[in-house]
Amino acid sequence: MTNLIKLSAADLSGLLADRSVSSVEVTRAHLDHIAAVDTDVHAFLHVARDAALATAARIDARRAAGDVLGPLAGVPIAIKDVLATQDMPSTAGSKILEGWIPPYDATVVRRVRDAGLIPLGKTNMDEFAMGSSTEFSAYGPTHNPWDLDRIPGGSGGGSAAAVSSFEAPLALGSDTGGSIRQPAAVTGSVGVKPTYGGVSRYGSIALASSLDQVGPVTRTVYDAALLHDVIGGHDPLDSTSLTDSWPSMAAAARAGLADGALKGVRVGVIRELAGEGFQPGVRQRFGETLALLAAAGAEIVQVSAPNFEYAIAAYYLILPAEASSNLARFDSVRFGIRVNPAEGPLTSERVMAATRDAGFGPEVKRRIILGTYALSAGYYDAYYGSAQKVRTLIQRDFDAAFAQVDVLVSPSAPTTAFKFGEKMTDPMAMYLNDVTTIPANLAGVPGMSLPMGLAPEDGLPVGLQIMAPAKLDARLYTFGAAVERLLEATWGHTLLSQAPELAPTEMFASEEGVV
Amino acid sequence: MSEITAEQVAHLANLARIDLSPEEINRLTTELGQIVDSVAKVAEVATPDVPATSHPMPLTNVFRPDTVVPSLTVEQALSGAPDHDGDKFRVPAILDEE
Repeated sequence: MTNLIKLSAADLSGLLADRSVSSVEVTRAHLDHIAAVDTDVHAFLHVARDAALATAARIDARRAAGDVLGPLAGVPIAIKDVLATQDMPSTAGSKILEGWIPPYDATVVRRVRDAGLIPLGKTNMDEFAMGSSTEFSAYGPTHNPWDLDRIPGGSGGGSAAAVSSFEAPLALGSDTGGSIRQPAAVTGSVGVKPTYGGVSRYGSIALASSLDQVGPVTRTVYDAALLHDVIGGHDPLDSTSLTDSWPSMAAAARAGLADGALKGVRVGVIRELAGEGFQPGVRQRFGETLALLAAAGAEIVQVSAPNFEYAIAAYYLILPAEASSNLARFDSVRFGIRVNPAEGPLTSERVMAATRDAGFGPEVKRRIILGTYALSAGYYDAYYGSAQKVRTLIQRDFDAAFAQVDVLVSPSAPTTAFKFGEKMTDPMAMYLNDVTTIPANLAGVPGMSLPMGLAPEDGLPVGLQIMAPAKLDARLYTFGAAVERLLEATWGHTLLSQAPELAPTEMFASEEGVV
Repeated sequence: MSEITAEQVAHLANLARIDLSPEEINRLTTELGQIVDSVAKVAEVATPDVPATSHPMPLTNVFRPDTVVPSLTVEQALSGAPDHDGDKFRVPAILDEE
């Protein structure tokens, strides 16, 4: 019997379509695996076992009745807790939203349901997506399936760990400064941040509205493309949603699997994202990947993006500024917890301040205070205004680079997965994890991370980041699928097949209603 | 070095409506100073001739047809509120006694 949890979404799709397996069987296999390993991994904040099985049974019945279903109908999916789900708690990893069940679904969740996918539950994340390790989740960290003593990346460590530990073939993530791509890199999985505006943000609990973007988290490039096709496209409920019509990302990925797909592709290596501060094993695998690409007929071009040096500084002004404004909605009136001050009169203002003190964790407080400072009268021009100018300069760097090349590449993250606690006491060290991924968010261009090997010094996954010009997400999928095929042909296996098997633990912890 | 003081952090916390303990204010004063020092480098390249970008993919005049569509019911809107009275959110006093 095939081990259903090891199959890609595309393979499951085929077996479901010809009715070799039922969605109930597939869903149960994943739920059982979650019950067996998630006590250790802690990818999920909530598992909706009964609802998932009931949805799967409905999809099976529709298929039996001859309904025409989409390619991913019956395939399970995990949903990052930043996305509103009207039948599951949505906390964004924060105590302030503990137990909150939204009265509506995020558009991407609605589309996933309409396409017949089976929501398994909600995945862990740094509180309000602020972090690179899930250590800032109010509900405890997620553990990296490659080494349970290490971080799974963040903020979307739960979604990345869920797919890389075979708890789900697909997951949804959100990426404000790397929260899809950096977790993909350190867990040996695939993650895509679409072009800004390419996927609806309606119902995604806002961190920084000019940077946030929802995207797919998977184990293969083709699976990411299939999921992108489900969630992408214009949404009138999101005023920043692009009205463009998009080509099929799945077709684009299939084009990348053709022989010679890499021939003549101009691949730009960003000089500023390859040297100092990168772990030796990351640099080594990146160099080897470039050599493979060149041997396959790609043209490797060195490009310079001089203003990327200022990207982190600009990001940590723009993001806190937008976050301090967005998080003002947590006022203890309409949703979330309410905490009264220990003493003194009970006024709305004082209750709000006591609630936010009790409900927000240290990183959220840090960024709200920083953002409030950056937006203060007298500092606005020097900080927030200057950061917005840097954003223009970074867009110009991308324009200049894409005038010379088709895609840009870099390592997805400067290091492999680090140990818990290593960077918790030094905010700037934590912020530097995103040096490679932030420029794409500032400029709005799409980016992908896929595995490019294991670092020799620690045996942990290393990710390759690919970026394409704005709105050319399809190019990412074509090139990404070609690179993935080339690397796997060279290795003779997938990267995730090298991950250690997780030992089952006692079966509870992840049952419904833990959070 | 930036000149962020504990008084300033306490003022920011008040503006942001977060009750911070004296320990939190002290720690944030140090951390904020370090963070602001390292992000201040944006000023090096942000010369007057560079226009600001507030949005990566700017759109203008985003309208929808002016038609009524279903919205949340009162019950749904109140479902996540910490407190409500009938069909209204119940809040603590807006004004202090003084």
